[in-house]
Amino acid sequence: MEDIKKRIKNIKLWNGIFSIVSLLSTFVGLVLLFALMTDLFMDGAPRISYKFFTSFPSRFPEEAGILSAWVGTLLLILVTAFAAIPLGVAAGIYLEEYAGKNWFTDIIEINIANLAGVPSIIYGLLALGIFVYFFKFGESVLTGGLALALLILPMVIMATREAIRAVPNSIREASYAVGATKWQTVKWHIIPYSTGGILTGIIIGLSRAIGETAPIITVGALTFIAFLPASPVSTEFPFISFKWLLDPFTVMPIQIFNWVSRPQQGFHVNAAAAGIVLLVMTLFMNAAAIYIRYRFRKKIKW
Amino acid sequence: MRIRERIIETGLFFSALSSVFITLGIVIILTYESFGFFKEVAIVEFFTGTTWMPLFAEPKFGILPLVSGTLLTTAIALVVALPLGLISAIYLSEYAPHRLREMIKPVLELLAAVPTVVYGYFALFFLTPFLQNFLPELSGFNAISPGIIMGIMIVPYVSSVSEDAMKAVPMYIREGSYAMGATKFQTAFKVVIPAAFSGIAAAFIMGISRAIGETMVVAIAAGMMPNFTFNPMEPVQTLTSYIVQVSLGDVPHGTIEYRTIFAAGMTLFLMTLFFNIIGFWLRKRIREAY
Amino acid sequence: MTRSAIELKAEAKNLNFYYGPVHALKNINMPIERRKVTALIGPSGCGKTTFLRCFNRMHDLYPHNRYEGEIILYPDKINIISPEIDPIEIRMQISMVFQKPNPFPKSIYENVAYGLRVRGISRKGILDEAVEKSLRGAALWEEVKGRLNSLAVDLSGGQQQRLCIARALATGPRILLFDEPTSALDPTATSKIEELIIELKNEVTIIIVTHNMQQAARVSDYTAFMYLGEIIEFDKTDKIFTAPSNRLTEEYITGRFG
Repeated sequence: MEDIKKRIKNIKLWNGIFSIVSLLSTFVGLVLLFALMTDLFMDGAPRISYKFFTSFPSRFPEEAGILSAWVGTLLLILVTAFAAIPLGVAAGIYLEEYAGKNWFTDIIEINIANLAGVPSIIYGLLALGIFVYFFKFGESVLTGGLALALLILPMVIMATREAIRAVPNSIREASYAVGATKWQTVKWHIIPYSTGGILTGIIIGLSRAIGETAPIITVGALTFIAFLPASPVSTEFPFISFKWLLDPFTVMPIQIFNWVSRPQQGFHVNAAAAGIVLLVMTLFMNAAAIYIRYRFRKKIKW
Repeated sequence: MRIRERIIETGLFFSALSSVFITLGIVIILTYESFGFFKEVAIVEFFTGTTWMPLFAEPKFGILPLVSGTLLTTAIALVVALPLGLISAIYLSEYAPHRLREMIKPVLELLAAVPTVVYGYFALFFLTPFLQNFLPELSGFNAISPGIIMGIMIVPYVSSVSEDAMKAVPMYIREGSYAMGATKFQTAFKVVIPAAFSGIAAAFIMGISRAIGETMVVAIAAGMMPNFTFNPMEPVQTLTSYIVQVSLGDVPHGTIEYRTIFAAGMTLFLMTLFFNIIGFWLRKRIREAY
Repeated sequence: MTRSAIELKAEAKNLNFYYGPVHALKNINMPIERRKVTALIGPSGCGKTTFLRCFNRMHDLYPHNRYEGEIILYPDKINIISPEIDPIEIRMQISMVFQKPNPFPKSIYENVAYGLRVRGISRKGILDEAVEKSLRGAALWEEVKGRLNSLAVDLSGGQQQRLCIARALATGPRILLFDEPTSALDPTATSKIEELIIELKNEVTIIIVTHNMQQAARVSDYTAFMYLGEIIEFDKTDKIFTAPSNRLTEEYITGRFG
């Protein structure tokens, strides 16, 4: 009995040690992230001003700003969203609601899983070969946006499928039982009920696209742009113009990369400041996604 | 009505098919351009050469320095990411109270959302100077600092996939262990981890594949020196950062220099494909296990 | 029933149990006789499994569970459910066999040796001996002696359950708890387990929860009929099944409800 008590004490000691070690390991990442962010804010915050957002890049760090970068990021994401969302959601709906279980859907499934693991820079090479040189879109907003759309397509498809899979079968049966067709069931029931999950996936995908650098460099985005793409709205008929799609561009992460690579200390401050802006953008989108998921999870009870 | 349904289904079908076209596109572009490359450079020289100087007047096309740079930074990242990821997964799955887990998981997801270029900034301007305090001989560009930062970056992926695998181990198996008087520690290591082995392995493989393909952190902080070395203190160049370096310059379309990035891309694609396939197979095995 | 004639192994005194706000066991008083089989019967949700899981503190694994009262373990007279007593200490003395066979994803040998390894015992000689003895005790030795290193999950359901019994026996428990051990098994495997339980009571005190009244009648010496968290009737098994004194017990054992 005494012997057993001693052994218990011993194994409980190990248990206690490990529970502390594991707690610390879990928080190591968080603490480090916090330290890094503090560092970034201390470096960059002094440079953030109204002028920083409204100035073009310059040879003088104090005068340089991120106007062309954030406008470029915005336009690029617009293209990405227009291309990736309809395609990804449609593909997800097909795979969950229409496709049977056969070798063909198996291949699509393996393929999507694999695409999700392909390094982003490979998508850049793909876009370089196809959009820049084959379709001759050039090194433009359109090319960059489409490259990112290809990159996040697997994420959107997987999020859509997961959201649809959470809709219980009884809902489908109830709809079919009153004579609805497949598409009616999808349109009136499946899509509305899975909106939360799909939206969450889309936002996380787009936030990843905003932060992506490698594929955009590969398709040849410029690192020094002191002008804006053509305005999408104009005062003359037909008021909307798509000329901006084929204009050259830069984006936030590339601007940061460019500034990081320069030797002068002043540009490093700019890089930190732009890093804060980019970080706030992506963290805000991710927080929104987490919030939406939480809200929809609470609202819908099966 | 019926025609409408048909049209819609066809449209959806082609959307699903688009993902296959992406893969085909990747394979065709990489193969086509690499083919052009290997018409001028011997495959043997490419895979065994230890000097990578494609942009010099007398170019050398040995890919090994880029592969060694990639493997070195990846290895450093894994030394950080695998233990931290696994241990935090054990904590979240076996130890953490429900409330705390629900709070930590979204924060870990945020960790995964930080843009890689920002992580690159940290590696170059925060970690490297910090490490130089202890390692005075560390050069400003090196493999160790981006490697560590990449590891931190990958932790959330490794931990979330491992945790899912551990959570999938049914409670009644754990109860069998607790009923024998085992502690959480013993139950986690002797029962849960062996039972979740495939899933944890899949998480590790995913982590490896991600580290191999990571670009910006190494492009910013590892230097752009194709060194054939395994010394973490020296600057290195990876497959990915080489592609970045060439893309930033003005290499004319169709030249051999232009094609090198596709040859490097092909090497990278094959390396990650290998790990992705193993990872996919392992994840499929978990789904069948319970 | 004369109290002086029996030798007690455990006794529940004014035991109450709560799942959060739910009062799941109400004022339970019941003796457990040494080296006898005590069966707990009753309709689903009556609290029989909840009661059983008090004996080795399984409820401590989940939050918001609360015990009140005592379960005294003899001869040391410690209170099993006292917060001062470490549940691990209790579980090392009181083993459990579950409803669904739950072998670990390990070899047959390692499954049986698990309890000893948990205690920090790793001398091969001791382990070998304990594994063989326990497998013999669980009537599984002859079937598996040639493949101790193959995976436990490859065994049939009945063999898996006997393996779980061997696992529980290996540490020489003072009480063995069975939670509907045959509910997932076919009739042949069930009768093997029942024979085993009757055999095992020569060495260890047994408490068994069962859904199956014939099983209680076949294997047990004492039976407690539970309903809505209370013990309605507790007596010698013969008495319960031939001349129950409570109307509810009679209705249950004759199959009129439950």
